[in-house]
Amino acid sequence: MTGKGSVKLLTEDGRRLDGRALNEMRRLRIEAGVLKNADGSAYVEWGRNKILVAVYGPRETHPRHEALPDRMLLRCRYSMLPFSVKEERKSPTPTRREVEISKVIREALEPAIFLEDYPRTSVDVYIEVIEADGSTRVASITAAAVALADAGIPMMDLVAGVSIGKIEGKLALDINGLEDQYGEGDMPIAMMPRLGEVTLLQADGRFTREEIVQALSMAREAIQRIYEEQRRALKDRYSGVGLEYGSAGEG
Amino acid sequence: MERAHTLIPLPRREAIRSMIKRGERIDGRKPDEYREVKIEVGVAGNADGSARVSLGHTKAIAGVKASIGPPFPDSPNAGTLVVHAELIPVASPIFEPGPPDENDIELARVVDRGLRSAPALKLEDLVLVPAKHVWRVFIDIYPIDHDGNFIDASGLAAMAALLNARVPKYAVAPDGTLSKSEERVALPIADVPVFVTIAKIGDALVVDPCYEEELVMDARLTFVLTKDGSVCAMQKGGRGGFSVDEIVRALEMAQKVAPELRAKLEAAARAA
Repeated sequence: MTGKGSVKLLTEDGRRLDGRALNEMRRLRIEAGVLKNADGSAYVEWGRNKILVAVYGPRETHPRHEALPDRMLLRCRYSMLPFSVKEERKSPTPTRREVEISKVIREALEPAIFLEDYPRTSVDVYIEVIEADGSTRVASITAAAVALADAGIPMMDLVAGVSIGKIEGKLALDINGLEDQYGEGDMPIAMMPRLGEVTLLQADGRFTREEIVQALSMAREAIQRIYEEQRRALKDRYSGVGLEYGSAGEG
Repeated sequence: MERAHTLIPLPRREAIRSMIKRGERIDGRKPDEYREVKIEVGVAGNADGSARVSLGHTKAIAGVKASIGPPFPDSPNAGTLVVHAELIPVASPIFEPGPPDENDIELARVVDRGLRSAPALKLEDLVLVPAKHVWRVFIDIYPIDHDGNFIDASGLAAMAALLNARVPKYAVAPDGTLSKSEERVALPIADVPVFVTIAKIGDALVVDPCYEEELVMDARLTFVLTKDGSVCAMQKGGRGGFSVDEIVRALEMAQKVAPELRAKLEAAARAA
């Protein structure tokens, strides 16, 4: 809670510190199929966030007793590399924050997957944050959905997310690390873009009912644009335009 | 939790889901009806504050221990709050002993976020000597009998324990030394957030799901509501999703029951 409100996040002309308008998203670029060994993969650059996702499966479940008789077991691991944070080195062991985020990411993806079509199998989603600058959980979901589709896992829709923040009393689209740290609130939202179903919703900071309604509508509009980028990444992958991770053109 | 999902007999599952379509619940409640809530404070004498909450058969206890120590380096002018929760085997055969898993961690972090973001405590009033001596407040939550909706039970128990807490009064000498008096004082309470969870079962929304409802629900959504009716934390859980319209309806259901829950919390704290 320290420092909340201690940094001015809006300039005189109502712009954010990185020059964006309140309803402006950072630059987003997604690549599908960037890894050779994974069954599906994706790499996202979203503002300064850089996140790599690998998907394995459907495959036999290990350990065996974890297999579910009536559906696929989806496992997600969200992990921040020790050097991915602005602060001091993060210990490589999973933090409580990472354990919770892994759970809510899994529950954001599950509604989109035809889990019942693959009983006893498992799909593992490994998310590695290489560079973090706020809204990493929704960026991870956005990339993970592309990686799942790239792995050929049947889904009824993709899942895309964005975080709505509250800075100086106003709602702001796609908050960055600084705005998360010093702003008054953060509401990560993920949806299935075509179906309009909300599959991740969290919040901290104070919001009125009207603000929640407005935030959901801002998110919905942005998610349509994110969805277009997800589709482009998947189309390019199969027209051979995609890049291997580390081959060229990042940054 | 996850493994118990498949253990509900199919006919029972179908009964719950089809009754809900007619606006009926397996335990006889209406969709917007909360279970009977009981809150007792002072249930653990060695704690600085404690409470036991029951929502029907669901029971949880929470204890507050406060001690003086250094602040976190990044917030020298604030006391600290740590929330810990553990789903222990006394509460249900589905809980196993061992290191905290994702369910324990989610529960503790959701309660922590709700209390912190309301905020329940004025952490800046818990400083004795800036950067040196502050109150460190620990809340430990233990569900003791499981019939669904541990998030609300834990949130209520934690808040009741905070309201119940009395800590020694300290005098600070000009040179910064502390002297403890016999007098005990309440913690600086800023707001009384309440936790309200709504479950989605098919197309229906129900407040305060019981265990069987949790087994058949598609998803849940928890709101933490402050005194002025605004939302200070939300958490969606479960394998399904919510439409925007359902989120708004769920929020209205939560806002309807919140004042009564808060009144019960405050009454229990006053009665002690």
